[in-house]
Amino acid sequence: MPYDNQPAYDRLVFELSSPGRMAFSLPESDVPVEPALAAVPEKYRRRQPAALPEVSELDVVRHYSRLSQMNYGIDTHFYPLGSCTMKYNPRINEDAARLAGFARLHPLAAEALSQGALQLMHELAGMLAEIAGMDAVSLQPAAGAQGELAGVLMIRAYHEARGEKRTKVLIPDSAHGTNPASTALAGYEVIEVKSDAEGQVDLGDLERHLAADVAAFMITVPNTLGNFEPRVTEIAELCHARGAQVYMDGANLNAILGLTRPGDLGFDVCHFNLHKTFTTPHGGGGPGAGPVGVKAHLEPFLPVPVVARREQTYVLDWKRPQSIGKLQAFWGNFGMHVRAYTYIRTMGADGLRAVSENAVLNANYVMKRLEQHYDVAAPGPCMHECVLSARKQKKLGVTAMDIAKRLLDLGFYAPSTYFPLIVEEALMIEPTETESKETLDAFCEAMIRIAREAETAPEAIHQAPVTTPVRRLDQTRAAREPNLRWRGQR
Amino acid sequence: MRYLPNTPQNQRAMLDAIGVRSVEDLLVKIPAKARLSRPLALPPALAESDLVRHLRGLAARNADADSFTCFLGAGAYDHYVPSPISHLVLRGEFLTAYTPYQPEASQGTLRTIYEYQTMIAELTGMDVANASIYDGGSSLAEAVLMAHAVNGRGEIALTGAVNPLYRRVVETYVDGPGLRLREVPAPAGVTDLDAARRVVGGKTAALVVQSPNFYGCLEDVTAAAEIAHAAGALLIVVSDPVNLGVLEAPGRQGADVVVGEGQGLGVPLGFGGPYLGVFAAKQDFVRRLPGRLVGATVDLDGARGFALTLQTREQHIRRAKATSNICTNVALCALMATIYLAILGKQGLVRVGELSTAKAHYAARRLAEVPGVTLRFPQPFFKEFTLKLPKSPERVAARLARQNILAGLPLKGLDRKHADCLLVAVTEKRTKDEIDAFADALGKAVA
Ligand SMILES: Cc1ncc(COP(=O)(O)O)c(C=O)c1O
Repeated sequence: MPYDNQPAYDRLVFELSSPGRMAFSLPESDVPVEPALAAVPEKYRRRQPAALPEVSELDVVRHYSRLSQMNYGIDTHFYPLGSCTMKYNPRINEDAARLAGFARLHPLAAEALSQGALQLMHELAGMLAEIAGMDAVSLQPAAGAQGELAGVLMIRAYHEARGEKRTKVLIPDSAHGTNPASTALAGYEVIEVKSDAEGQVDLGDLERHLAADVAAFMITVPNTLGNFEPRVTEIAELCHARGAQVYMDGANLNAILGLTRPGDLGFDVCHFNLHKTFTTPHGGGGPGAGPVGVKAHLEPFLPVPVVARREQTYVLDWKRPQSIGKLQAFWGNFGMHVRAYTYIRTMGADGLRAVSENAVLNANYVMKRLEQHYDVAAPGPCMHECVLSARKQKKLGVTAMDIAKRLLDLGFYAPSTYFPLIVEEALMIEPTETESKETLDAFCEAMIRIAREAETAPEAIHQAPVTTPVRRLDQTRAAREPNLRWRGQR
Repeated sequence: MRYLPNTPQNQRAMLDAIGVRSVEDLLVKIPAKARLSRPLALPPALAESDLVRHLRGLAARNADADSFTCFLGAGAYDHYVPSPISHLVLRGEFLTAYTPYQPEASQGTLRTIYEYQTMIAELTGMDVANASIYDGGSSLAEAVLMAHAVNGRGEIALTGAVNPLYRRVVETYVDGPGLRLREVPAPAGVTDLDAARRVVGGKTAALVVQSPNFYGCLEDVTAAAEIAHAAGALLIVVSDPVNLGVLEAPGRQGADVVVGEGQGLGVPLGFGGPYLGVFAAKQDFVRRLPGRLVGATVDLDGARGFALTLQTREQHIRRAKATSNICTNVALCALMATIYLAILGKQGLVRVGELSTAKAHYAARRLAEVPGVTLRFPQPFFKEFTLKLPKSPERVAARLARQNILAGLPLKGLDRKHADCLLVAVTEKRTKDEIDAFADALGKAVA
């Protein structure tokens, strides 16, 4: 632990407050309007002042610095959180996003006054289309889940425009929770398709469900077990033959850059997670960006406005009568677009291909080193991540969660646990390409050590973590008596 | 490649350990016919210094609010951003952490979200706030869906003075569940309450009002609440939290849900995102809220700790039956807002509101003195107001841009009815000199 020489810090900013202290700097009024609120009628004014903290600037800086030290991040720890692609977030991306011409640009500045920003968006959309083998990309969705919503709504609009009423979407049982949630939000009934023992789509089950009322099949490639679905092109053909569209959840795109493309695999729609594959930081839960790419037949339905190029100028094209509409008030998480653009321009085509090759190599190496110690959910080779099962350890009384907690004490963040749902005691490990062999070896040794401890001293693992700012938390109490805001007492 | 640490020797050793000859042997499950047989057609990789030059070139082609005097608003405002915010959110432990699913190793993020929830609940006058939604527009859409889920009714009444961009987002989100949107007119710049009484009825899930509304005018939220509640509907109020140092908390005016754009709380203008969707509600709806919630609890030793809670609402557990599909939110923007509110504090946020409204009223007076220019709506407003111009607002704005003034938003694109109007926003950052220069330039442009 990097900060274990410090005593525990247990403050909330409200607990630092002292009446009369201040951390802000605001000018005196230079306009002849007095009192300032003269023109705001009494009935609109706040009666009881908002109980915000009163602290000094150093209080603020020290408090949030201390809180930051109570986190693990990629910058401080190996973060093998499967499905999340916790790779290094380049600092140059942050510099780029903070250029005044980007960071200080108002979204409603006229098109003629935002040509640089529109050009960047247009070029990024083009590069993402090339990477995914799609014909058009909208950058508007704010995250993967919103990209899914946009994609499924476009599929719906497409069927409706053809006069077809289809009411169901098929999704494998191994899918991420946002897939069924977004699909239901788009007005579809979600039908779960079974996976076989190796985590691949059960083709028989798929065929059985692929009736005339199915609008789409939505699948993650590589799948959530980290494996490439070998029959994916067949699946796409089968769906198309029955009039259904195929949607690819692109959360795992880090595995296939420059190797294969969703469009070439037969997909009609796919979304990108710029906060995974394209190195925009996760920020403790967001923001991200979830651009969505489509084949030409879905282009008329893209969210408005579309960033378009007319001769030498870039414009926001609103005149798209078949569009599904807007997802965000403005044009998307532009700050993330700048970061992703910066990353792609840093890497180039060869660099991106090397990203995926090394991501796959690293994941297979970790899987190989751990396969004698943990059950492997599906036989390899895997792609960019591997899923282990702690089923053996569970028999000894040590669960996937226990292993995750023990890793925290050994200086690593934890793999994703209990996802995908179809794997018992799942530990989903995504090392990413930005980690060195030395780091992977150290992680594997920690995992092997825990496997041994599960046999020799399982009780000790139940105590973990002991080096973190707090120990295991009482989640039942948190849910039963929700305490969601500070009320002036501990 | 500076982000890829594997040397050829490392790669060899790893391939040997795996027992394959090359990475190609690991890719055998990809159908051969779908393998990409050429390099991706992307522009060439750039060295850092070349890339910086290129990016600066793109950035220089934008009229940013450092080089231009910004009177643009309509949902994004040029408020003061205290210096420590950017420094603190760049700390890698915040910046590069994922969603706090392992609470023991994420107490920093969890504490900041708990502080954020507390501050937003306090400002809005609501019982609970969630950890954030993407932006103001999607936050309103989520509120509308929640209202429908709460009372099962199929209509949403939106006043005509709600930001039209938000209305577009709501239209997209209600398409799936098939809710019907009904508009309550606002011909005088504020909601027509008699019309609201006619539109809101037994089928109405929620009435949505925005205050200050799209035109900048203050709405009678209390009256709107009475109308909604008399019909058994919820009142959703769209509110800009940065104004709530001086404007009444919607919760004390009868709101059941308060949503809004939190960009003014220290988040960069950034060409429209990432922003901060604020979402706060009454206690009754806590198990129906979209998005993440952080709760306080204790650890094994009885020490105070924080964790994500009430997760059975969320997609990773409830899947197709989740209250929302949101997963990744905008946690770092919520952190910016938390630091902003800690810095501004009890007194500072009041000052921001006072200065903004005083300068806006000065600007309105000065600009309406220009011959031919009038205030479109004779209503109380706050920091934004609508001007009627004697000449094409697009052309006037383009002309003022040549003097490095972003004059405001010509309404034609978003609101055809008011094609002769310009929406002007004034924050505490604008100076008297800037406002005077704007008035002079406007005078010349419309003469
Ligand atoms: C496989 C998969 N699909 C979808 C998502 C949802 O993406 P987001 O969190 O960006 O909304 C995630 C990420 O959490 C994921 O791992």
